[in-house]
Amino acid sequence: MSRTLNKEPTAEPAVLRAADPPEAAPPGRAAPGLGRFLLRRPGLVLAALVAAAVVLAAFWPDLFTSRDPLTGVPAQRFSAPGGAHWFGTDELGRDVFARMVHGAALSMRATLIAVALAFVGGGLVGLVAGFVGGRVEGVLMRAVDVVLSIPALFLSLALVTALGYGTVKVAVAVGVASVATFARVMRAEVLKVRQAVYVEAARSCGARWYTVLARHVLPNAAGPVVVLATLDFGTAILAVSSLSFLGYGAPPPAPEWGTVIAGGRNYLANAWWLTVLPGAVIAATVLAANRIARALDGEWARRR
Amino acid sequence: MRRYVIRRVAQAVGVLWAAYTVVFLVLDYLPGDPVAAMAGQGDQTAVDPAQLDRLRARYGFDKPVLVQYLDYLGRAVRGDFGDSVATGRPVTGMLAAAVPQTLQVTVAGMALAVLFGGGLAVLATYTRRRWLRSLLLSLPPLGVSVPVFWTGLLLVELFSFRLHVFPAFGDDGPRGLVLPAVALAILPGAMIAQVLAKSLLDTLDEPYAQTARAKGAGRARVHLRHALRNAALPALTVAGVLVGQLMANSVVIETVFSRNGVGRLTASAVTAQDIPVVQGVVVFAALVFVLVNLAVDLVYPLLDPRIAGAAAR
Repeated sequence: MSRTLNKEPTAEPAVLRAADPPEAAPPGRAAPGLGRFLLRRPGLVLAALVAAAVVLAAFWPDLFTSRDPLTGVPAQRFSAPGGAHWFGTDELGRDVFARMVHGAALSMRATLIAVALAFVGGGLVGLVAGFVGGRVEGVLMRAVDVVLSIPALFLSLALVTALGYGTVKVAVAVGVASVATFARVMRAEVLKVRQAVYVEAARSCGARWYTVLARHVLPNAAGPVVVLATLDFGTAILAVSSLSFLGYGAPPPAPEWGTVIAGGRNYLANAWWLTVLPGAVIAATVLAANRIARALDGEWARRR
Repeated sequence: MRRYVIRRVAQAVGVLWAAYTVVFLVLDYLPGDPVAAMAGQGDQTAVDPAQLDRLRARYGFDKPVLVQYLDYLGRAVRGDFGDSVATGRPVTGMLAAAVPQTLQVTVAGMALAVLFGGGLAVLATYTRRRWLRSLLLSLPPLGVSVPVFWTGLLLVELFSFRLHVFPAFGDDGPRGLVLPAVALAILPGAMIAQVLAKSLLDTLDEPYAQTARAKGAGRARVHLRHALRNAALPALTVAGVLVGQLMANSVVIETVFSRNGVGRLTASAVTAQDIPVVQGVVVFAALVFVLVNLAVDLVYPLLDPRIAGAAAR
């Protein structure tokens, strides 16, 4: 009895693995396609919809709202959420939903810059360290260890102090703080791939080092780093919004997500919607990003 | 074993020195004149060049960078991070005054995280009810996705302004500690739950767990006495990460709850571009982080003799 107890399919926690163990494809038929994969995971579909909505809002905010995020209607100050204002209005009569929709562009841009910076910068450091090896590797990886010994937010805060305020500067600060993690993963992958027989074969065929690097090592080592980048999205959204909540993002009238919540903080006692609903938007976005990252990280590959 | 300890301590010291150097480079070497920033503070027009030079001389910015660095490093080793630009008080003193507040709230938060995160993992892996298990296991991903400032504000909204149970702001008494500690506990609690649940499931599959069950030990006994003791070890290795997260979140939470701790000190120093304070705080954070990791590295072999064997070699 005890044996079967552990082998129950439920023993795989949903947190750590796929929602359901994917069943094997029936023999002789095509592998289950994207449709069935998604059908079995309603949470993932929801996550994809949320992410799509956020991306759409970042590019075409007018699809979601026709209201102006910056100018309010003084007569409608502090109106509670309802049909006219989905998220209510703030102390200047501005529509909070419109502010969040228009803020998506700022917050998504910052997140994208942060992830791209960490991905490219960390990827390059890891690639050079893993491929060149020797003393270069030693120096680079020691530097990575040191950067990792400073908690990420504190490093970001030091960078913000040095660089100043603004959406892009916050994004750079967040991105630089996670370069080290990417470098570590990239190096580990490059080291693994460099040992592979096909790399040795390419070398012995007389391929130049840059050909080996570009055609064999990089494509095969990039996978886990791309997964890390998708995982980093959620973290970056949280870090960027935390910094803008603390007031280091775009200056106040701009509706950056963290700034909107920081503004609503002063009216907690009489207007709950100013903090609760924008925060729910951030949480939903991060949750969606994390869910999609988890799907990319293995679930899709393990579907057969 | 002694060589292992010495090597680990030496490594920690080296990392700290290098971390100090990184912070120095970031704060004193990046674009932007720190002195102009200090003197400017809003209106750039009213800065008198002579005053700038005096400030430069006072903070040593007129010397070559290398001299500055060695000078600062020498003083930092003795625990002196200079004086705050904003208040003129020594940074070390400000830190010392702020640490107890932060220590209280982070220790309370960590205790809650271990209690509830651990409890959740044990219950989720113990229960036979499918729905309860999947419900419990769906909580940690939620916990790592919510912004900490939002949970803090939600708690204030609910328990201070609606129910009037706990004070919203301030740092007096244990009642003011409850809400910030709960807000802080969510992220580490979720991480502990994730790691421990996975590790518990792995451990329950180990032969010794099967053996214990075969010898007639009850389910609860195997779960708690045999599996949990061994499963808790891997969870210990994330302690360093958790402490780092806890410190980072305390910056936000202390701002939300207006508690005068290290986090609030950090936030206000960044706002005022108070470079000596930022420097001191970041190095302090790295110190705590390195010490926690060192402690884990040193304690782990004592708990897991297999590692001790490997370390002695």
